[in-house]
Amino acid sequence: MLDLKGYGPSLLEGAVVTIELAFLSLALALTLGLLGAAAKLSHNRFLRWTATGYTTLIRGVPDLVMMLLFYYGGQVAVNSLSDALYEAYQIDFFFQFDPFISGVVTIGLIFGAYMTETFRGAFLAVDSGQIEAARAYGFGRWLTFRRIMVPQMLRHALPGLGNNWQVLLKTTALVSIIGLTDMVRVAEEAAKAERSPFLFFIPVALMYLLITAASELFIKWLNKRANAGVVQGN
Amino acid sequence: MPEFIVEWLNQNDIFTAGTLLHYWDGLVTTVQLTFLSLLIGLVCAVPLAVLRTSRNPLVSGPIWMYTYLFRGTPLLIQLYVIYYGVAQIEGIQDTFWWEIFREPFYPALLAFTLNTAAYTTEIIRGAIMATPAGEIEAAKAYGMSWFLRIRRIILPSTARRAVQAYSNEVIFMLHSSAIASVVTIIDLTGAARNIYSRYYAPFEAFIAVALIYMVLTFTVVYGFRKLEQHLLKHLKPANG
Repeated sequence: MLDLKGYGPSLLEGAVVTIELAFLSLALALTLGLLGAAAKLSHNRFLRWTATGYTTLIRGVPDLVMMLLFYYGGQVAVNSLSDALYEAYQIDFFFQFDPFISGVVTIGLIFGAYMTETFRGAFLAVDSGQIEAARAYGFGRWLTFRRIMVPQMLRHALPGLGNNWQVLLKTTALVSIIGLTDMVRVAEEAAKAERSPFLFFIPVALMYLLITAASELFIKWLNKRANAGVVQGN
Repeated sequence: MPEFIVEWLNQNDIFTAGTLLHYWDGLVTTVQLTFLSLLIGLVCAVPLAVLRTSRNPLVSGPIWMYTYLFRGTPLLIQLYVIYYGVAQIEGIQDTFWWEIFREPFYPALLAFTLNTAAYTTEIIRGAIMATPAGEIEAAKAYGMSWFLRIRRIILPSTARRAVQAYSNEVIFMLHSSAIASVVTIIDLTGAARNIYSRYYAPFEAFIAVALIYMVLTFTVVYGFRKLEQHLLKHLKPANG
């Protein structure tokens, strides 16, 4: 059996942290993505520009830089906010900006931008006849969105969502750099202490492969379900 | 220079000449690291992609394994394995390789090259697979050999289809190169981290570097748009 020199349990705990981080970021990214896509497709010029600015900004800056900015900058911002609150209103407010929160916020924001593009494309792929038909049935805007657009959009969005999820999962490794004890961090500390990098990094790499392989299967299954009623050519 | 810029430069304590030089050195390192790894990665990826389309599983199998491993794990882990792992190889300290790999730049370059080569291989493979069968048939009918077909027909036609996806890979690599700062390399991000810790000024340090990355990114995007226009010139409408 593989001898992890007593680091086995903490590696497993790290894996749980990685998975929690990934799912929370995914939830944030999906929310931002839907909002972003709605804003990009809206008739309101201000909303459109805001969403375009958001996706452009995110695509131009590396994830690590963004993460460092939120982690270090976030604490400074919270500190000055709490100072101001205390001086003005005597409110004692303090909030520790920990690596986990910074990680979720950063990864959620970054992938929210990618999800925006995915959802936007998927919404545009919905047949406009479907929307016209919904209108003809007297559906309002919200009902059309909920009953017609979203269910049909999901089918087009799934492949893109799957890709984004796989990239997101690998991006979670970066949070170890700002000090979150995820599995990469545990492996790094163990590798340094025991002077055996392969022993600790290879299992972590395999763990990532396992998660990506499992999600691949799950996405395939979802895809099959989402396309159940669609007649596929060739 | 306009008066207000001079005044601003004189008044702030962070963006001194020393800091700006530090950013400049970081920029040079980032560009070197990204450019070299992309260049070597592309040179390796073209033959790998061609072999990956081989029908012989003994040829395509190992390449599939390689791209699967490097695309399925985080680049940070690959970097750590190579950076910490190289020193563990028996007897490396006695060879000239140690002179090279003792510098963190080269393990990072190796990790980035292997990573981008894996992604690029798959991008090119996808484009090769999409070559219209008629083009290959025509080449065969002209009596072209396998090598000539690859060189004259398949690769040029592939390049047109792959350039869009490859531009994304270039930007991805530029952004990924930020993790080089983790193994003590002073690239752009490393410079920003130094400046942050020297002045405890997270906003100035990281927003400045984010702006530099944005300029780099959009330059790459612009360059690729021009390249794409050039490669796809024959598809443009005549009076467009």
